[in-house]
Amino acid sequence: MIGLPHYILLSAVIFSIGVYGVLTRRNAIAVLMSVELMLNAVNINFVAANKFMNAAAAVGQLFSVFIIVVAAAEIAVGLALVISIYRQRKSVDLNDFNLLKW
Amino acid sequence: MFEFSAFSLYDAAFLAIGGVTILGALGVVLFRNIIYSALSLVFTMLGVAAIYFQLNAGFLGAIQILVYAGAISVLIIFAVMLLMNKEARRTNLPTTRTKAWFAGGTITVMMLASIIAAVGFSEWPKTALQGVDNSVGMLAELMLGDYVIAFEAAAILLLVAVIGAIILAKGVENK
Repeated sequence: MIGLPHYILLSAVIFSIGVYGVLTRRNAIAVLMSVELMLNAVNINFVAANKFMNAAAAVGQLFSVFIIVVAAAEIAVGLALVISIYRQRKSVDLNDFNLLKW
Repeated sequence: MFEFSAFSLYDAAFLAIGGVTILGALGVVLFRNIIYSALSLVFTMLGVAAIYFQLNAGFLGAIQILVYAGAISVLIIFAVMLLMNKEARRTNLPTTRTKAWFAGGTITVMMLASIIAAVGFSEWPKTALQGVDNSVGMLAELMLGDYVIAFEAAAILLLVAVIGAIILAKGVENK
Protein backbone atom coordinates (compact mmCIF):
# COMPACT_ATOMS: atom_id res chain seq x y z
CA MET A 1 0.00 0.00 0.00
CA ILE A 2 1.66 3.19 -1.20
CA GLY A 3 1.10 6.08 1.18
CA LEU A 4 2.42 9.50 2.03
CA PRO A 5 5.83 8.24 3.34
CA HIS A 6 6.62 6.65 -0.03
CA TYR A 7 5.98 9.90 -1.85
CA ILE A 8 8.12 11.76 0.67
CA LEU A 9 10.91 9.19 0.24
CA LEU A 10 10.76 9.60 -3.55
CA SER A 11 10.93 13.35 -3.15
CA ALA A 12 13.84 13.04 -0.70
CA VAL A 13 15.79 10.90 -3.15
CA ILE A 14 15.24 13.37 -6.01
CA PHE A 15 16.16 16.30 -3.75
CA SER A 16 19.37 14.56 -2.66
CA ILE A 17 20.32 13.87 -6.27
CA GLY A 18 19.77 17.58 -6.94
CA VAL A 19 21.98 18.56 -4.00
CA TYR A 20 24.70 16.20 -5.23
CA GLY A 21 24.50 17.77 -8.67
CA VAL A 22 24.73 21.31 -7.30
CA LEU A 23 27.77 20.45 -5.20
CA THR A 24 29.78 18.40 -7.68
CA ARG A 25 29.07 19.59 -11.24
CA ARG A 26 31.39 22.01 -12.97
CA ASN A 27 29.05 23.24 -15.70
CA ALA A 28 26.87 26.18 -14.60
CA ILE A 29 23.90 25.00 -16.68
CA ALA A 30 24.11 21.55 -15.06
CA VAL A 31 23.96 23.26 -11.66
CA LEU A 32 20.82 25.14 -12.75
CA MET A 33 19.27 21.84 -13.90
CA SER A 34 20.04 20.30 -10.51
CA VAL A 35 18.29 23.24 -8.82
CA GLU A 36 15.25 22.49 -10.98
CA LEU A 37 15.37 18.89 -9.71
CA MET A 38 15.31 20.13 -6.12
CA LEU A 39 12.34 22.43 -6.77
CA ASN A 40 10.44 19.56 -8.38
CA ALA A 41 11.09 17.36 -5.36
CA VAL A 42 9.59 20.05 -3.13
CA ASN A 43 6.55 20.19 -5.42
CA ILE A 44 5.99 16.43 -5.08
CA ASN A 45 6.01 16.87 -1.31
CA PHE A 46 3.42 19.65 -1.45
CA VAL A 47 1.03 17.79 -3.74
CA ALA A 48 1.34 14.50 -1.82
CA ALA A 49 0.75 16.20 1.53
CA ASN A 50 -2.24 18.00 0.01
CA LYS A 51 -3.77 14.72 -1.11
CA PHE A 52 -3.11 12.71 2.02
CA MET A 53 -3.65 15.27 4.76
CA ASN A 54 -6.06 17.97 3.58
CA ALA A 55 -7.70 16.82 0.39
CA ALA A 56 -10.71 19.11 0.84
CA ALA A 57 -8.63 22.22 0.09
CA ALA A 58 -6.22 22.58 -2.80
CA VAL A 59 -3.75 24.80 -0.92
CA GLY A 60 -0.81 22.45 -1.48
CA GLN A 61 -1.43 22.47 -5.22
CA LEU A 62 -1.65 26.26 -5.12
CA PHE A 63 1.77 26.47 -3.45
CA SER A 64 3.13 24.16 -6.13
CA VAL A 65 1.86 26.53 -8.80
CA PHE A 66 3.70 29.41 -7.11
CA ILE A 67 6.88 27.32 -6.87
CA ILE A 68 6.63 26.57 -10.60
CA VAL A 69 6.31 30.33 -11.25
CA VAL A 70 9.38 31.10 -9.14
CA ALA A 71 11.32 28.25 -10.77
CA ALA A 72 10.52 29.58 -14.23
CA ALA A 73 11.70 33.06 -13.23
CA GLU A 74 14.83 31.57 -11.63
CA ILE A 75 15.85 29.53 -14.66
CA ALA A 76 15.27 32.48 -17.01
CA VAL A 77 17.41 34.87 -14.95
CA GLY A 78 20.00 32.16 -14.24
CA LEU A 79 20.50 31.28 -17.88
CA ALA A 80 20.69 34.97 -18.78
CA LEU A 81 23.42 35.41 -16.13
CA VAL A 82 25.34 32.41 -17.48
CA ILE A 83 25.11 33.77 -21.03
CA SER A 84 26.27 37.18 -19.79
CA ILE A 85 29.28 35.69 -17.98
CA TYR A 86 30.07 33.44 -20.95
CA ARG A 87 30.38 36.53 -23.10
CA GLN A 88 33.20 37.81 -20.89
CA ARG A 89 34.95 34.58 -19.92
CA LYS A 90 34.18 32.33 -22.93
CA SER A 91 33.46 29.53 -20.48
CA VAL A 92 30.59 27.98 -18.51
CA ASP A 93 32.93 26.27 -16.05
CA LEU A 94 32.14 27.35 -12.49
CA ASN A 95 35.87 27.30 -11.64
CA ASP A 96 36.32 30.24 -14.02
CA PHE A 97 33.56 32.29 -12.37
CA ASN A 98 35.57 34.36 -9.92
CA LEU A 99 34.52 37.83 -10.97
CA LEU A 100 33.38 38.77 -7.46
CA LYS A 101 36.50 37.34 -5.81
CA TRP A 102 39.48 39.54 -4.95
CA MET B 1 5.48 1.31 7.50
CA PHE B 2 7.21 -0.35 4.57
CA GLU B 3 4.88 -3.37 4.47
CA PHE B 4 3.63 -4.46 1.08
CA SER B 5 0.46 -6.28 2.10
CA ALA B 6 -2.06 -5.34 -0.58
CA PHE B 7 -0.08 -4.74 -3.76
CA SER B 8 -2.40 -3.04 -6.20
CA LEU B 9 -2.10 -1.58 -9.67
CA TYR B 10 -1.76 1.88 -8.09
CA ASP B 11 1.32 0.73 -6.19
CA ALA B 12 2.84 -0.85 -9.29
CA ALA B 13 2.25 2.39 -11.20
CA PHE B 14 3.90 4.38 -8.40
CA LEU B 15 6.95 2.11 -8.38
CA ALA B 16 7.32 2.28 -12.16
CA ILE B 17 6.90 6.06 -12.34
CA GLY B 18 9.13 6.64 -9.32
CA GLY B 19 11.82 4.39 -10.79
CA VAL B 20 11.80 6.23 -14.10
CA THR B 21 11.88 9.58 -12.31
CA ILE B 22 14.82 8.63 -10.11
CA LEU B 23 16.72 7.17 -13.07
CA GLY B 24 16.12 10.40 -14.97
CA ALA B 25 17.34 12.48 -12.04
CA LEU B 26 20.47 10.32 -11.77
CA GLY B 27 21.03 10.83 -15.47
CA VAL B 28 20.90 14.61 -15.03
CA VAL B 29 23.80 14.58 -12.59
CA LEU B 30 25.80 11.63 -13.94
CA PHE B 31 25.89 12.04 -17.73
CA ARG B 32 29.08 13.62 -19.03
CA ASN B 33 27.40 15.07 -22.08
CA ILE B 34 25.19 17.97 -21.08
CA ILE B 35 22.75 17.36 -23.94
CA TYR B 36 22.03 13.90 -22.50
CA SER B 37 21.60 15.57 -19.10
CA ALA B 38 19.03 17.98 -20.52
CA LEU B 39 17.07 15.16 -22.20
CA SER B 40 17.25 13.23 -18.94
CA LEU B 41 15.81 16.28 -17.20
CA VAL B 42 12.83 16.16 -19.60
CA PHE B 43 12.28 12.52 -18.61
CA THR B 44 12.33 13.47 -14.94
CA MET B 45 9.85 16.29 -15.47
CA LEU B 46 7.47 13.94 -17.31
CA GLY B 47 7.81 11.44 -14.47
CA VAL B 48 6.95 14.12 -11.93
CA ALA B 49 3.94 15.09 -14.07
CA ALA B 50 2.82 11.45 -14.02
CA ILE B 51 3.09 11.49 -10.24
CA TYR B 52 0.87 14.59 -10.16
CA PHE B 53 -1.70 12.79 -12.31
CA GLN B 54 -1.55 9.86 -9.92
CA LEU B 55 -2.15 12.20 -6.99
CA ASN B 56 -5.40 13.55 -8.53
CA ALA B 57 -3.72 16.83 -9.45
CA GLY B 58 -4.40 16.73 -13.17
CA PHE B 59 -4.23 20.48 -13.66
CA LEU B 60 -0.82 20.64 -12.02
CA GLY B 61 0.36 17.74 -14.16
CA ALA B 62 -0.70 19.61 -17.28
CA ILE B 63 1.13 22.74 -16.05
CA GLN B 64 4.20 20.62 -15.33
CA ILE B 65 4.25 19.22 -18.87
CA LEU B 66 3.65 22.62 -20.45
CA VAL B 67 6.05 24.68 -18.34
CA TYR B 68 8.83 22.26 -17.41
CA ALA B 69 8.87 19.59 -20.11
CA GLY B 70 7.97 22.18 -22.73
CA ALA B 71 9.19 25.67 -22.03
CA ILE B 72 12.00 25.34 -19.47
CA SER B 73 13.64 22.35 -21.16
CA VAL B 74 13.62 24.19 -24.49
CA LEU B 75 15.17 27.21 -22.76
CA ILE B 76 17.89 25.02 -21.21
CA ILE B 77 18.66 23.18 -24.45
CA PHE B 78 18.79 26.52 -26.25
CA ALA B 79 21.31 27.85 -23.72
CA VAL B 80 23.33 24.63 -23.94
CA MET B 81 23.53 24.92 -27.72
CA LEU B 82 24.52 28.59 -27.48
CA LEU B 83 27.24 28.06 -24.90
CA MET B 84 29.01 24.93 -26.11
CA ASN B 85 32.59 25.62 -27.10
CA LYS B 86 34.14 22.23 -26.40
CA GLU B 87 33.47 18.78 -27.78
CA ALA B 88 30.04 17.58 -26.62
CA ARG B 89 31.34 14.44 -24.88
CA ARG B 90 33.10 16.39 -22.16
CA THR B 91 30.68 19.24 -21.43
CA ASN B 92 29.30 18.13 -18.07
CA LEU B 93 32.28 16.85 -16.11
CA PRO B 94 32.29 16.41 -12.35
CA THR B 95 34.45 18.68 -10.26
CA THR B 96 38.16 17.99 -10.30
CA ARG B 97 38.63 18.86 -6.66
CA THR B 98 38.46 15.71 -4.52
CA LYS B 99 37.53 17.78 -1.50
CA ALA B 100 34.43 19.23 -3.18
CA TRP B 101 33.40 15.83 -4.52
CA PHE B 102 33.84 14.25 -1.09
CA ALA B 103 31.90 17.05 0.64
CA GLY B 104 29.07 16.79 -1.90
CA GLY B 105 28.75 13.05 -1.49
CA THR B 106 28.90 13.23 2.30
CA ILE B 107 26.28 15.99 2.55
CA THR B 108 23.97 14.14 0.15
CA VAL B 109 24.24 10.80 1.95
CA MET B 110 23.82 12.36 5.40
CA MET B 111 20.77 14.36 4.33
CA LEU B 112 19.14 11.39 2.64
CA ALA B 113 19.82 9.15 5.65
CA SER B 114 18.37 11.68 8.09
CA ILE B 115 15.22 12.15 5.99
CA ILE B 116 14.73 8.38 5.67
CA ALA B 117 15.18 8.00 9.42
CA ALA B 118 12.70 10.84 10.08
CA VAL B 119 10.16 9.24 7.73
CA GLY B 120 10.68 5.86 9.37
CA PHE B 121 10.13 7.15 12.90
CA SER B 122 7.01 9.19 12.10
CA GLU B 123 3.36 8.30 12.34
CA TRP B 124 1.49 8.53 9.05
CA PRO B 125 -2.19 8.55 8.14
CA LYS B 126 -3.16 5.04 7.13
CA THR B 127 -5.46 5.74 4.23
CA ALA B 128 -5.55 8.26 1.42
CA LEU B 129 -8.32 10.82 1.62
CA GLN B 130 -10.75 11.16 -1.21
CA GLY B 131 -9.18 13.56 -3.67
CA VAL B 132 -10.85 16.69 -4.97
CA ASP B 133 -12.46 16.19 -8.35
CA ASN B 134 -12.64 19.86 -9.29
CA SER B 135 -9.19 21.01 -8.25
CA VAL B 136 -9.04 23.60 -11.05
CA GLY B 137 -12.09 25.44 -9.72
CA MET B 138 -10.75 25.31 -6.17
CA LEU B 139 -7.35 26.58 -7.32
CA ALA B 140 -9.05 29.46 -9.12
CA GLU B 141 -11.11 30.37 -6.07
CA LEU B 142 -8.03 30.29 -3.85
CA MET B 143 -5.91 32.27 -6.30
CA LEU B 144 -8.41 35.07 -6.70
CA GLY B 145 -9.65 34.86 -3.11
CA ASP B 146 -7.41 34.31 -0.09
CA TYR B 147 -4.15 34.28 -2.04
CA VAL B 148 -4.79 37.14 -4.44
CA ILE B 149 -1.82 39.18 -3.14
CA ALA B 150 0.55 36.26 -3.71
CA PHE B 151 -0.99 35.81 -7.15
CA GLU B 152 -0.33 39.44 -8.08
CA ALA B 153 3.17 39.30 -6.60
CA ALA B 154 3.90 36.22 -8.72
CA ALA B 155 2.69 38.06 -11.81
CA ILE B 156 4.97 41.02 -11.07
CA LEU B 157 7.86 38.64 -10.32
CA LEU B 158 7.46 36.97 -13.71
CA LEU B 159 7.36 40.35 -15.47
CA VAL B 160 10.47 41.60 -13.66
CA ALA B 161 12.29 38.31 -14.27
CA VAL B 162 11.57 38.39 -18.00
CA ILE B 163 12.71 42.01 -18.32
CA GLY B 164 15.79 41.28 -16.21
CA ALA B 165 16.63 38.21 -18.28
CA ILE B 166 16.43 40.25 -21.48
CA ILE B 167 18.65 43.00 -20.07
CA LEU B 168 21.20 40.52 -18.66
CA ALA B 169 21.41 38.41 -21.80
CA LYS B 170 21.62 41.44 -24.05
CA GLY B 171 24.63 42.76 -22.18
CA VAL B 172 25.94 46.27 -21.67
CA GLU B 173 27.25 48.06 -24.73
CA ASN B 174 30.79 49.29 -24.30
CA LYS B 175 31.17 52.88 -25.41
